[in-house]
Amino acid sequence: MIYWDLFLAFFIPNIIGYGGGPAIIPLIEAEVVGRYGWMTSQGFAETLALGNALPSPIATKMAGYVGYEVAGIGGAFVAVAATVIPSLLLMLGALGLLYRHRDSPRVKRMSQWVRPVIAMMMAWLTLSFFTESMAASGLLHTLIIGIVATIALVRFNTHPAFVVIGALVYGGLFIS
Amino acid sequence: MKQTALFWAFFRVGIFGFGGGPAMIPLVRAEVVTRHQWLTDEEFADVLAIGNTLPGPIATKMPGYIGYRVAGISGCAAAVIAVILPMIVAMIVMLGIFSRYRDVGWIRGMGQAVIPVVMVMMAQLTWDFFDKSKAALGWLISIAMAVIAGAVIYWLGVHPGWVIGAILLAALLRPSRKKRAEGAA
Repeated sequence: MIYWDLFLAFFIPNIIGYGGGPAIIPLIEAEVVGRYGWMTSQGFAETLALGNALPSPIATKMAGYVGYEVAGIGGAFVAVAATVIPSLLLMLGALGLLYRHRDSPRVKRMSQWVRPVIAMMMAWLTLSFFTESMAASGLLHTLIIGIVATIALVRFNTHPAFVVIGALVYGGLFIS
Repeated sequence: MKQTALFWAFFRVGIFGFGGGPAMIPLVRAEVVTRHQWLTDEEFADVLAIGNTLPGPIATKMPGYIGYRVAGISGCAAAVIAVILPMIVAMIVMLGIFSRYRDVGWIRGMGQAVIPVVMVMMAQLTWDFFDKSKAALGWLISIAMAVIAGAVIYWLGVHPGWVIGAILLAALLRPSRKKRAEGAA
């Protein structure tokens, strides 16, 4: 059942993804590209690029778009609901319990212990974007865009939207 | 109508909240504490702390909880929809147009050119997560955990959900009282 698959593909990353929206990205990629094959790596990269250029949370934008691509409006609804509702229900239902444990060392430990694993998955995803880009546009373009984007993002703190727009212009003019 | 006020407050948060969930928290605070006084400063800090004990995006947990507190289920729905829906529609429309003209050479070039940008952004996130991990666990444990988890996930092909689920369970169940008592003694 496609709706059930969509539900699982977004429920799992969001229920184990400690560390907010960004932590969920590699987990979603593992489901959407790796497990179910709904998207190619390039399609995922394009979605992520646009998602990073637009405001509002990244996790729901990815869920809405992927859900819509896979199964239309109903799919978008299921994927977004799987992203938002479980942790929200937990928050509303267990508020008292959570309030007492908000400074608990166990809770802190949970997000601390998960972080290196998420970092590893992010590194893996970085590498797969590199391979993908090499196959799509070759070493020269990958290096030029990668180096300029690094300088813009890290050195000058340029807003991601402008970096994405810059890459779009470069791609439209020089890669075809 | 409180629902309408909630909707527009979180609509503004969603529209101006560039940079993902954590970057949106000051905007939520500006609407909820400063503008509408739905919560005091202290209550806001508590809600944020509680939200952080749970997995999933913070930028939907906070609007959902605050909406519920101000105006019940309908307030919760109004706040969450306002913060997420506009940009989901924008994504679907923009990527839809893009896919339709994918066969045109220069448009395909545009799609290929964003991959290295996403690669750099992901490298930045990797560094950020590893850096935080190093600060909390030390570099040796961080690297060891990353390498072992990486081998289990990518070499043995175990689903990351099992790996992270097991780690979360271990972190939750491992007794910490004893260790603290020993430290005090």
